[in-house]
Amino acid sequence: MRRDIPVRVKTLLYGLLCLMCVPFVFPTWWMITSSLKPVAEIFALPPRLLPADWTFSAYAQVFELQPFAGQYVNSLYIALVVTAGTMAVAAMAGYAFARIRFPGQNVLFVVVLLGLLIPSEVTIVPLFQMFHGLGLTDTHWPLIVVPILGAPSVLATFIMRQFFISLPGELEEAARMDGLGRFGTFYRVALPLARPALGAVAIFTFLHSWNLYLEPIVYLSSPEKFTLPQALTQFVDAYGGPMWNVQLAAASMTALPVLVVFVLAQRQFIEGLAHTGVKG
Amino acid sequence: MRRRDNLVGYLLITPQLVGSVLFVLLPLGLVGWYSLHEWNVLAGTFEFVGGENYDRLLADANLPQVLGASALFSVGLVVLNLALALLLAVLLNQRLRGTTFFRTVFFSPVVVSLVAWTIVWRFLLQDDGGLNGLLAAAGAEGPNWLRGEGTAMLSVIVVQVLKNVGLNMVLFLAALQGVPAQLYEAAELDGAGARTRFLRITVPLISPTILLTSIITVVGSLQVFAQIAVLTQGGPGVSTTVLVYYLYQQAFQFHHFGYGATLSVLLFVIVAVLTLVQWRMRRRWVFHET
Repeated sequence: MRRDIPVRVKTLLYGLLCLMCVPFVFPTWWMITSSLKPVAEIFALPPRLLPADWTFSAYAQVFELQPFAGQYVNSLYIALVVTAGTMAVAAMAGYAFARIRFPGQNVLFVVVLLGLLIPSEVTIVPLFQMFHGLGLTDTHWPLIVVPILGAPSVLATFIMRQFFISLPGELEEAARMDGLGRFGTFYRVALPLARPALGAVAIFTFLHSWNLYLEPIVYLSSPEKFTLPQALTQFVDAYGGPMWNVQLAAASMTALPVLVVFVLAQRQFIEGLAHTGVKG
Repeated sequence: MRRRDNLVGYLLITPQLVGSVLFVLLPLGLVGWYSLHEWNVLAGTFEFVGGENYDRLLADANLPQVLGASALFSVGLVVLNLALALLLAVLLNQRLRGTTFFRTVFFSPVVVSLVAWTIVWRFLLQDDGGLNGLLAAAGAEGPNWLRGEGTAMLSVIVVQVLKNVGLNMVLFLAALQGVPAQLYEAAELDGAGARTRFLRITVPLISPTILLTSIITVVGSLQVFAQIAVLTQGGPGVSTTVLVYYLYQQAFQFHHFGYGATLSVLLFVIVAVLTLVQWRMRRRWVFHET
């Protein structure tokens, strides 16, 4: 065992840690408090850490200036559908690549893995043309179908495969003895065991979809179809300048629910995302 | 039985495989094909021009600056991100109470909506914004962060580092906790100081994680878009116009799809080469594989 840290060093370390917290915590604090300030107070000097005059008018404006409730629903349902779809696609493909031997498996796995080498930004131009040709621009289809089946799900498939590889073979032997077929073994035995990996996939897939920005601004043009990240930047005045308190109110409403869930389940979040090593 | 197994295998991979072909490989092929065409959506023209777009690429006066901005962003991001992540991980790896709290704090921006995070920072970094307000209260005068030639890029990098450093931090923390304590004790008995122990024990033992995080961070840095679009729109001048943002402007703002596709090819080549180089480096300097 290492020795205990001397008190002086301990104080220094705590001081350093608290100091380091400032740039991580202050932006969120500033976002929420500024959204509750009247416009006149927003650029007050010196900056006020709390509003002198609390007002919720910016929150009301968010819903008056844009169909914000609908945009919220758009983001939420797209993220949920993409998450469920990705979990299904990745679990199936991951299991097959890990535990079933079939001809051509390795070649097909490499074909799928190529998706990891090709960021979605590379293919945005032809994908836009494909969906435009199908008459599906300004719909949510490209934001749902491409993440579930295309490059973003490849990482999920890879993670599921790594998990299924680590399962002991005896489990499947036992399932077979009990008369379960291949699919039954996958669905009844392997899948329930894969909950931690599925949880990790769910978390990063949800965040990825929730954060998507380039794709919505490329595909969508009607405000009632917008997703949240795109909607946030649309609160501008007649001169195109940002309406700060309104933008910050909308940003707070976008960020806070996820932040609350994170604080409640921070262990699962951190371990899940660290496990996958992906950007949220 | 064997044949049934094969069938189940093929069925299970079908959605992913069809998706990869339709939404990854086909578009990748199309990018190459489009790059050989002059294609203006507004004018409705689409004609084969051979290598003309590539000539244009080589002659594009903006391109050296765009690539320079991309390189500066990537290098700055990777260096700052890894250094800060390692520092935070080392701090959290001390035997202190409350490290879970600090870990949660440092990680929290990862789950904050990217555009929300960026909007707050844009607000903070305004000329009359919160940061300069705080500096003024302390008697200092801050620059116009997002409009200055040098400070704009720095701002974009720092905002992005703070957003995602938590991910690399927890990866480093896990790696640090895997270093056997006996090694440190033995080194201490041999008279090695803290610096020597860090450089000779810690760094070699966590080198696989350093490589992993650097690959993730480099590839991620080449995809940066929303941050640029919200914070600087590529300005001032083209000083923060990274490749993806330039691609977006050419294709979707100026409607030059052919040239946009050519820039996509360039982006693909850069990402592929960098990834392969980093995987090859693994053999060179990574101490061991876990």
